[in-house]
Amino acid sequence: MVVRGVRDDDRATANGGTMRGAPGDMPDGIPEMPDATLDVPEGNGQPLPRALGLLSLGLGVAALAAPHQVGRLIGLDDSAPTRSVVLRAVGARELVPVPGLLFARRPAGWAWFRVGADLLDLLLLARELPHRRGERRQRVAATLGAVAGITAVDVLAAVRSGRSAGARRRTLRASATVTVNRPADEVYRFWRDFENLPRFMYHLESVRSDGDGRSHWTVRGPGGRRVGWDAELVEENLSETIAWRSVRGARVPNAGRVRFARAAGGRGTEVRVDLVYAPPGGAVGRAVAQLFGEEPGQQIRDDLRRFKQVIETGEVVRSDGSPNGLATPQQVLQKPARPQAVRPGS
Amino acid sequence: MKANCWQGRNSVQVEEVPEPRILNARDAVVRVSSTAICGSDLHIFHGYIPTMKHGDILGHEFMGEVVEVGPEVGNLRIGDRVVVPFPIACGNCLACQTGLYSLCENSNPNAGIAEKLLGHSPGGLFGYSHMLGGYAGGQAEYARVPFADVGPLKVPDELPDEKVLPLADIFPTAYMGAEMCGLGGGEVVAVWGAGAVGLLAMRSAYLLGAERVIAIDRYPYRLRMAQERAGAEPLNYEEVDVVEALREMTGGRGPDACIDAVGMEGHHSSAVLSGYDRVKQSARLETDRPHALREAIMSCRNGGTVSVIGAYAGFVDKFPIGSLMNRSLTLRSGQCHVQRYTRMLLDRIRRGEIDPSFVFTHRLRLEDAPIGFEMFRQKTDECVKVVLKT
Repeated sequence: MVVRGVRDDDRATANGGTMRGAPGDMPDGIPEMPDATLDVPEGNGQPLPRALGLLSLGLGVAALAAPHQVGRLIGLDDSAPTRSVVLRAVGARELVPVPGLLFARRPAGWAWFRVGADLLDLLLLARELPHRRGERRQRVAATLGAVAGITAVDVLAAVRSGRSAGARRRTLRASATVTVNRPADEVYRFWRDFENLPRFMYHLESVRSDGDGRSHWTVRGPGGRRVGWDAELVEENLSETIAWRSVRGARVPNAGRVRFARAAGGRGTEVRVDLVYAPPGGAVGRAVAQLFGEEPGQQIRDDLRRFKQVIETGEVVRSDGSPNGLATPQQVLQKPARPQAVRPGS
Repeated sequence: MKANCWQGRNSVQVEEVPEPRILNARDAVVRVSSTAICGSDLHIFHGYIPTMKHGDILGHEFMGEVVEVGPEVGNLRIGDRVVVPFPIACGNCLACQTGLYSLCENSNPNAGIAEKLLGHSPGGLFGYSHMLGGYAGGQAEYARVPFADVGPLKVPDELPDEKVLPLADIFPTAYMGAEMCGLGGGEVVAVWGAGAVGLLAMRSAYLLGAERVIAIDRYPYRLRMAQERAGAEPLNYEEVDVVEALREMTGGRGPDACIDAVGMEGHHSSAVLSGYDRVKQSARLETDRPHALREAIMSCRNGGTVSVIGAYAGFVDKFPIGSLMNRSLTLRSGQCHVQRYTRMLLDRIRRGEIDPSFVFTHRLRLEDAPIGFEMFRQKTDECVKVVLKT
């Protein structure tokens, strides 16, 4: 049994860092998988930065194309330099973060750029306000209020995107491999029925196949708390590979792949599982992190040992010291090797 | 029910514990009629086996009557009289299917612990630490037997318990020890340790073609038993230099094969050498005292085979690898793959070729297990093997 658990960081993701272990250390087995092919699927998406990107685009184009009208609208149409230079500069500046906000995977930096620009605008408007009277003064004040509101939204967007980038930094990867004494097609068929997975993956409460490659997964948390997500099948090669990932919007974006390869000499089938997931922050995140364990490699290693027991012997093997079957946390907290009293009602 | 439980170093106690029940569909529950104390139980008793817990039920040599079977056990019926092999083996994994039952890949739910100490995990054993499964042992009135469709051997009513109980461990272990010598006929085989396993290894060596067998021990009563019951030439290591004596007895060649039936708590005639390893073992600088193994390697003839069936747990010091390598020795070992031998050895017993019950010197009640342990450990009253009756 070979197990690798890697806590990823930005660097490993950025350089496409590979799973530990030299390539080719399993000559007859399964080649190492490059990271790029198994990525954390999108979670909740980035609706706010995208909206701010469109706002920036609108404001920028308006200020560049029609500085006079914009000047009138915000109450600064009485100064020629403002109309001709300042508003054009502001318009150009508004366009700078647009591509980043609309398309970047991590728009947090561009949102912070907007916050900086907002503060500059607020300063400018605040300086101009005392010099205005009547309707212009009202317009400048209204603009000041509007910009303050937008600033608040920009700060919110920047903080949220930053958190989601943080979640990406917490991306956990784990892989493990085991050899089972069964032909690859049988092992494949067993795994392809996702509803079998809770038989050996203890953190899963249930998996329900909804047909069409879609399935609903539920994990059980401390205190009976449940977290669920929908997953879709993304790759399927008969007797070789099954890959799945959570669909967009999952609270715990995750993806997995299992591969089956004939062991050298036909001595069974080598099964390798690679998992990647991004636990979110907050209470749900803590619950999920607890579920997967501090060491994700340990969880998947235990899963695979139980998988071997189930497919080879029919069920998870129990002993007096480990009455719940193989589980690393239980190995630390062994019960004495003697029969346990039957609890009343069980 | 009553069960003999480990209470920490040098202490066992018969306690009242809950009765076992079926936990897996391939389990059976056996009402124990006879159970024995093994030499390897003394390693636990002395506190040298890691990952034991207070209250663990000891015992891996037991037999009795099937009183309950799980839904997936098709070959046993309630009332069957069975001997239970000490390794727990699923019969489905590649190790089991190639006859390496004690290396079952599925029967150790605590494989992760064993991997840390041993690199890879062997299978689970009855009553032999949490690293090897955390299974309750058979020194009890009842025992749960996992994979009951694979291990337990039905035995005919006409054979008394003491004739077949050795099939649980000591006889197959001894036989495998002799088999690993690769005897082709006419060999000289030296056996370190004239305890129950050593005595049966001497008999097995003859069964497999050895021409001469030499027994090495320090207790005169055991050497006498080896001579009288196993036809061996005795050698007392407290009186002679073993390597020198064996060279003398074999025309300078050394024995063709050497069997270590002593294991991790060996002694040496030199108080200094004995003390050296004892101190290191106590300080946990080594887990095992390999006096017998060192001597077996140094004594063996060039190109010969050293077969290790005495129990070792971890790491040793001053291992004579130079002797092993430069003299083309073969080192073979293993916890016995009992299931491989039970039927064949039962046939030999039924045909009267061998009666392994001669090793039992003391019969006690289960309640007296602590007395049995003390007697066996102190070698009082010429004790070789204790059987406990429920």
